[in-house]
Amino acid sequence: MINQAAIKDLIIKMADDELIQGHRNSEWTGLGPVMEEDIAFSSMAQDKIGHAWALYRILHEDLGGEDPDRFAFLRPEKEYRSAHLVEMPNGTYDFSLMRHFLFDQAETIRYESMQESSFESLRLLSKKVKGELKYHTLHANAWVMQLSKAGEESYGRMQQALNDTIALAAGLFEASPEHEAALIEDKVYPGEAELYRRWLDRIYPVLVKASLNLPAITAIKPVYGGRQGIHTIHLQPLLKEMSEVFNLDAEAGW
Amino acid sequence: MSHKTTIAEVYESLEHVMDPEIPVLSVIDLGMITGVELEAGAVHVKMIPTFAACPAVSYIRNNIKTTLENELGIAVSVEVDKEVHWQSNRMTAAAKEKLKNFGIAPPQILAGEVSAEIMLEIPCPHCGSKETYLRSPFGSTLCRAIHFCKACGQVFEQFKPLE
Repeated sequence: MINQAAIKDLIIKMADDELIQGHRNSEWTGLGPVMEEDIAFSSMAQDKIGHAWALYRILHEDLGGEDPDRFAFLRPEKEYRSAHLVEMPNGTYDFSLMRHFLFDQAETIRYESMQESSFESLRLLSKKVKGELKYHTLHANAWVMQLSKAGEESYGRMQQALNDTIALAAGLFEASPEHEAALIEDKVYPGEAELYRRWLDRIYPVLVKASLNLPAITAIKPVYGGRQGIHTIHLQPLLKEMSEVFNLDAEAGW
Repeated sequence: MSHKTTIAEVYESLEHVMDPEIPVLSVIDLGMITGVELEAGAVHVKMIPTFAACPAVSYIRNNIKTTLENELGIAVSVEVDKEVHWQSNRMTAAAKEKLKNFGIAPPQILAGEVSAEIMLEIPCPHCGSKETYLRSPFGSTLCRAIHFCKACGQVFEQFKPLE
């Protein structure tokens, strides 16, 4: 029997990251620097929120969790398990793009690692999501390489964006000490430390092609806290805005 | 005399359920149907969405139910099949032809994984030229990418290949 509390914890982390990143992506709707980017971030928002919904449904249907909409919108801030990376405001396009690159590569690694998961619902979903994520990483890789080769100012800004996001992104791999061993033991997934290693191997070749310098691994101090419910000042206002319509009438039918 | 509905009739009826975003393609053309069962005077249909976050899923589900109930006069239930996931290789050859005539480039047959390379030189649905490039992997719906044709100077959409 797989440890249910540990699986729930893992799925909530994944779903909350998708939900919050999806919401941040949607904030580019109408504001993208060119039309195609406006559409790209809006499409990725739709994908992310759809993936979050699929994960909340697994919680609901397989693990006795609450209704997905209520769970997504009605929790107090400290019950969210999203990482600090996804909570950060969009900032300038270079910041958003670098976050998108680091986040989507991390998600890809995570879902790839679940292709053989012992937890069936997660295994089935991960096969679907993995294929869709190809387009997210295709998009991210292309722009990171293109903008890093688009002149001195552009290169400088991309390097700065990488410097600003790398420790936050490393925080995506914050393990839950009380559950991690069980998840690895039960073969749900290979564990955060292993995913972190695979992620560094995956982002490195793209950064090399872009001539960007990945800071020394030992110098990266991952920003933890989100997985414990300790958040930045940016999450609460986002949750308030995100749930505003839902809260007008939580019982309304759509 | 009551007529006993056959599986073949159900499939024929499913050909009349069109995709709301691409109205020339039916749920059969798209390869969205994964199973049909007949039992005790009712039809049970299993379907899969193309993309997980497709906003049209409940609309399509409902269309399947009402179309089949109207045409066959039998109770219909439709469920999303979690065992199978949609891949673009499920789309029929006839569907790809209809898609092209509708102005959307069809997905290429996937032999391996989607990569940046295979998204190049997609034949333009307007002039047939392969002098094209991927302008964005995201288009007006989740299942479409945007390409540009250098030969006829037009932007066109493609139904994306999906693993």
